[in-house]
Amino acid sequence: MMGKLLEVKNLQVQFDIFGAHVQAVRGVTFELNKGETLAIVGESGSGKSVTSKALMGLIPNPPGKIKEGQIVFEGKDLVANTEKDWMKLRGKDISMIFQDPMTALNPTMKVGKQIMEGLILHQHMSKSQARERAIDLLRRVGIPNPEKRVEEYPHQFSGGMRQRVVIAIALACNPKVLIADEPTTALDVTIQAQILDLMRDIQKDTGTAIILITHDLGVVANMAQRVAVMYGGKIVETGTLDEIFYNPKHPYTWGLLSSMPKLHAKTDKLQAIPGTPPDLSNPPKGCPFAPRCPYAMKVCVDQMPAYTHLSETQKAACWLQDERAPKVEPPKTIGVGGE
Amino acid sequence: MADKEKLLEVKDLKKYFKVSRNDTLKAVDGVSFDIYKGETLGLVGESGCGKSTTGRTIIRLYEPTAGQVVFDGKDIAGSLGTSGKKELTRRMQMIFQDPYASLNPRMMVNDIIAEGLDIHGLVKSKKERLERVYDLLETVGLNKEHASRYPHEFSGGQRQRIGIARALAVEPDFIIADEPISALDVSIQAQVVNLLQELQEKRGLTYLFIAHDLSMVKHISDRVGVMYLGNMAELATSDELYDHPLHPYTQALLSAIPVADPEIERSRERIILKGDVPSPINPPSGCRFRTRCPFAKAVCAEIRPNWHEVEEGHWVACHLHDDSVTMG
Repeated sequence: MMGKLLEVKNLQVQFDIFGAHVQAVRGVTFELNKGETLAIVGESGSGKSVTSKALMGLIPNPPGKIKEGQIVFEGKDLVANTEKDWMKLRGKDISMIFQDPMTALNPTMKVGKQIMEGLILHQHMSKSQARERAIDLLRRVGIPNPEKRVEEYPHQFSGGMRQRVVIAIALACNPKVLIADEPTTALDVTIQAQILDLMRDIQKDTGTAIILITHDLGVVANMAQRVAVMYGGKIVETGTLDEIFYNPKHPYTWGLLSSMPKLHAKTDKLQAIPGTPPDLSNPPKGCPFAPRCPYAMKVCVDQMPAYTHLSETQKAACWLQDERAPKVEPPKTIGVGGE
Repeated sequence: MADKEKLLEVKDLKKYFKVSRNDTLKAVDGVSFDIYKGETLGLVGESGCGKSTTGRTIIRLYEPTAGQVVFDGKDIAGSLGTSGKKELTRRMQMIFQDPYASLNPRMMVNDIIAEGLDIHGLVKSKKERLERVYDLLETVGLNKEHASRYPHEFSGGQRQRIGIARALAVEPDFIIADEPISALDVSIQAQVVNLLQELQEKRGLTYLFIAHDLSMVKHISDRVGVMYLGNMAELATSDELYDHPLHPYTQALLSAIPVADPEIERSRERIILKGDVPSPINPPSGCRFRTRCPFAKAVCAEIRPNWHEVEEGHWVACHLHDDSVTMG
């Protein structure tokens, strides 16, 4: 059995903006095991990126603050960390790959120096040692001619190559957790395939656990072992990859899966989810998906459902799982595996 | 298919941009295709392949460098004059990618939608104008109250609906949709795509649907063209293209898309292309794809492949599928 590396318990993050209290993350609990890839999926505003930023101590305060909850990493609660503690941790034990490789790099600094920064700070390497390691890392992430490119600036790299540099920086100190926030969203599909391939390859070598934040279910199916589906600041369903794709229980998961066209099968009409996501400055009392849910009952609007454990690995927060609820069949398009 | 009426014929269309004294960026370099009445032609490719430029050149947001665009029997690529352009935009409209940037933030929704009506003098009174706006709002799934609001009061999906209402206002025959759903969330994307399909059925619209999301393009299009670095690589009906891709680039592109099905993902063999798309300022000689092509031969560097029909309705530009060329 794999050991727990990271545990997030009842995390709540709030932003105080324009007099409103936006509750971006409203009680999120999950764990990350050693060496696995956990995908957090959801739409914009679901709280997936804020959750990942909280794990890195990157919630700007003010306006943001962690209202409640714990982030336990190797037995220590990180929520109480001071900025100094975070600096010792960031890039060493937990590191991050950002969505936009154009803005994640410092344009005025040679890429080699940007990779070396973490090595010098965390691993107390000398400049020349760090430079050697930077060249190794660039080679590892598939950048041709690394001896020369280590002296170049980000603008001399293409988008895909920049994302490789970002990955090299994130990997520099062999982190135990790698958070990848939409790592391929800004890239073209053929480049996306290269980067995903690289990430999988690196995980095999180093055993790093990956938290993959994405809205692309194709990327999830390609990369993850476990999936957490977020909506309205909460995890509405979580399970193994196959449970979520072939036996999902939450209507939002159903909606997400059936609103995507299938490349390998005919789809007549897409099942769109009507309406728009909730406004989190005034979050709904009950289930956040209730206003858009075709199966919503009165109780859904009034009260947030608790998790129902469906298997050792799968749980969903939905009133339909209550034994008093009417039996509802998922849409036909769900659960059909293969071609 | 063969006896379908052509609405638009694009012949050897070129659009070059001069980027400096010595350099010319050949964004679109000799592209030919037809669009039939009432169909949706999808145009896919990676960033910088020229798909958006093709769309923008057809509707004359850019002046074409060379080539012909025949719309309903009339060449619209040459000099048009003000009245000719006005007539063109009455019959041809565009939906843009970014619903945040494509609506004027200082205009009310009813003025945004009615701008085309005003320009073309399609309404006679204020009352009629407002009624048309209400109609259009309803058509795209918004309501009357939205007419007197400003764009910032809407979500991305709603804004895209406003953009669609604006395009529909002048009752065009042909709509160029340039990445109309890329900026939207998955659940909202499906709403907009369904709306576009409904409108097509009701109004007999013809679409040029430009996107990089191949699964969505397959879903919405009757035929799909694949572009690479300013050239058309392959064009076929969407089923034929996805089931029997001939061009190595199409094959790689299709195999690169992650599919939302774990079983397929586990068993799939991926063709991973090496390197990046070369610069369109100094593109490779011969076949543009040869620098990344796993099957490239000497001839590919020398001769630009012919754009020819391999089977009825299946066009490809690749030496591998051209019998008149002997591979070295």
